[in-house]
Amino acid sequence: MSAFDDQSQLRGAHLQERIGNTALWTLSLITVLPILGIVIFIIYKGIPGISWEFLTSMPSNGMREGGILPAIIGTFLLTLGCFLFAVPLGIAAGIYMADYAADTPMTRAIRIAIISLAGVPSVVYGLFGLGLFVIFFQMGVSILAAAMTLAIMTLPVVISTTEESLRTVPNAFRVVSISLGATRWQTIRRIIMKEGMPGILTGVILGLERAAVETAPILFTGAAFYLPTLPTSPLDPTMALPYHIYVISTQVPGMPLTIQYATVLVMLTFVLIMNIVATIIRSRARAKRQW
Amino acid sequence: MFKSNPIRTDRNITYIIKIAGYSCILFLALIFFFLLRNGLPALKDTGLDELFKTIWYPTEGYFGILPLLFGSLLVTFTAVLIALPFGVGTAVFISEIAPQAMKETLKPLVEILAGMPSVVLGFIGIVVLVPFMQKTFNLPTGLAALTGAILLGLIAIPTVVSIAEDAMNAVPQSYRQAAIAMGATRWQTIWGVTVPAARTGILTAIMLGIGRTLGETMAVMMVTGNAAVMPEGLNALIQPVRTMTATIASEMGEVATGSAHYAVLFFIGIVLFVFSLIINILASWVSTRGRKRSERILS
Amino acid sequence: MVNPMDIIQIENYYITYADGAESLRKINLRIKTNAINVLFGPAGGGKSTLLRAINRLNDLTDVKEVKGRILFKGKDILDPKLDVTELRRKIGIVFSRPMPLPMTVSQNVSYGLEVAGERDRRKLDEAVEKALRLAFLWDEVYDRLNDPANAISGGQQQRLCMARVLALEPEVIMLDEPTSALDPVSTARIEDLLQDLKAKYTIILVPHNVQQSSRMADHASFFLQSELIETGEGKKLFVAPKDKRTQDYVEGRFG
Repeated sequence: MSAFDDQSQLRGAHLQERIGNTALWTLSLITVLPILGIVIFIIYKGIPGISWEFLTSMPSNGMREGGILPAIIGTFLLTLGCFLFAVPLGIAAGIYMADYAADTPMTRAIRIAIISLAGVPSVVYGLFGLGLFVIFFQMGVSILAAAMTLAIMTLPVVISTTEESLRTVPNAFRVVSISLGATRWQTIRRIIMKEGMPGILTGVILGLERAAVETAPILFTGAAFYLPTLPTSPLDPTMALPYHIYVISTQVPGMPLTIQYATVLVMLTFVLIMNIVATIIRSRARAKRQW
Repeated sequence: MFKSNPIRTDRNITYIIKIAGYSCILFLALIFFFLLRNGLPALKDTGLDELFKTIWYPTEGYFGILPLLFGSLLVTFTAVLIALPFGVGTAVFISEIAPQAMKETLKPLVEILAGMPSVVLGFIGIVVLVPFMQKTFNLPTGLAALTGAILLGLIAIPTVVSIAEDAMNAVPQSYRQAAIAMGATRWQTIWGVTVPAARTGILTAIMLGIGRTLGETMAVMMVTGNAAVMPEGLNALIQPVRTMTATIASEMGEVATGSAHYAVLFFIGIVLFVFSLIINILASWVSTRGRKRSERILS
Repeated sequence: MVNPMDIIQIENYYITYADGAESLRKINLRIKTNAINVLFGPAGGGKSTLLRAINRLNDLTDVKEVKGRILFKGKDILDPKLDVTELRRKIGIVFSRPMPLPMTVSQNVSYGLEVAGERDRRKLDEAVEKALRLAFLWDEVYDRLNDPANAISGGQQQRLCMARVLALEPEVIMLDEPTSALDPVSTARIEDLLQDLKAKYTIILVPHNVQQSSRMADHASFFLQSELIETGEGKKLFVAPKDKRTQDYVEGRFG
């Protein structure tokens, strides 16, 4: 005997289901349509401004003409610095959490620290970078200070993805390796890291991509708007793409819209490329996996 | 055969890796320390009661942070109100209803939104949303709390979707099968069984969405008008407002190191830091407790 | 006094784990050299725990308490001066599921030698061939040495795991239900292999049923609920056990 003895009750429930499904379908559409719209809109409006000169020449006339080369180079340098400071340390810490840390209060404290670091607002990182690197370490407003600030902000992402990626490697490999006379580090180096590398790589790429497009942490630690020349030392300030976008869209009177759209398009392209690279790495690794 | 070398290497590497692991605690402590070092003077020089007044006019010496606090709360609260139905609804759709093909189109789209830099969304806000708000609500500029809330809602949605979806995927298939076996329709199963079973994860998703929204700087800064006035009544939504994050970002550049203004900005940073800490630790505690509870039930 | 015939001696051994997993109580056992020593009994009896204690594989897990000692050739395996990696090379282990490492067939076999420091390509290749021949696998995989190890069949993989251990020229080979995932033909192959190997090596075998126990045992020990109930030579335990519990298990009254 089914729960629906009454035919009309059955019809009612089905109607409810159809209405509900349509409602959710509409909701989801409304959620994702803006994304598509935004991407298409930026591409459409920004392409006219893109040219080889735009990407490789210096700006002129107070940014209203010319190219965005210093912003691109600045973002590249900041991302490079972030990589150098965050990735080795982050991977090591991730290895610690996955393969060395026992279930002790200290480990739980470290985990809380990682979660907390991940939740700190980007502008607070900016304040921290200002207080520690710019002022206390006397680096001044510089690429170095900004890169290190970005690095600490990126650290939790690298650690989490490394740990997660290493944890998915089957434990059987560790047991077998040890039983054949390998040390823990040999096991990690030869097997675990090798198998977990695609996951780690993906996490690093996405973490660096996020660092490259953040504005608030570099606002008072390294970013400048109008610099007549490219930076020559790590202690110089630099222009950067995200900051550049912010200023030209809010603070430069008479700023041609095409250049604004074009600059945004450059950043968008960078983001999309990074995501595609990460996805490719992830899917190729899954196909080649021997487990 | 080199017998001692691998063992010595192993010991040295263990040392280095342990230090790397502990470094996270060091960095968190450093952040705490430097925020306090630069921000506590505000308590001394300006004083707690002065800080919690309703006028923010630093150039004249008024350091009341309440307009900023409420500005943040207003924008965040409204943003979450927007993100919740869309985020959870999309998550339910993706995890329970959508056919595989639709799932594989929707998920990457949400991920693209997740990867959108906030400056880019702020820019879109300026060129599209602000004129729209101006026209629709007949506003002088269209820079308003609601504009910011819509953008922030958009920013928070991917977080809500991905965590809520994970939560619902984690609900064992046996729950759904049991409901269907008792004669429930798929719709009834979703809202009667699956979603309640995933409620811890959905709660976590909302909390992390709040955390994300509270800490957002650039997008709000670009579209909310940055007027540091106390939001009053529902009307405040269509009026300019200023968040704590935008205040720090826009004023820090012009402030003298060590001045009272400088210290108060750091103080606002401490407030933001503490808020985010509480939200994130709460969210992770909720999610761990929920996971332990379901492990007990399922074992 | 260490009897030279007993390559491993377990004396009054107790072990408990932090998570309350399978433990051991008051184990006194001698592993006879160059023989197949069978440890049998129902699941949860402590046999796997004992194997992992012997080659200190349990260093990887949270051990709460250890009492008594295990001697390998007269030396305490927990002696801090002892090179534990060398211990594990001398006492190899094969698990119940074939667990090939994510590398080629040849790399699996040479792995132990490489981590021990051997770099000479020629010596490694020779050792790989020798080990594969010992495990009766060479003829089947000599042309697939560079294929990924998980491309060969289950039975072949298990013999690969044996070759892996043999390449290190161990003195003791421990096998924890090595044929439980295999078909009868592959099972018979492994059993024949073990009979061949016992001349040069000492075998500790945890079989996965009573029949295999009685087929293979030169010496047998019955484990029940973390304790060693009785031990005996040859087929004695299966034909005329002294303890009623052994008799019940052997006759299939429980298991």
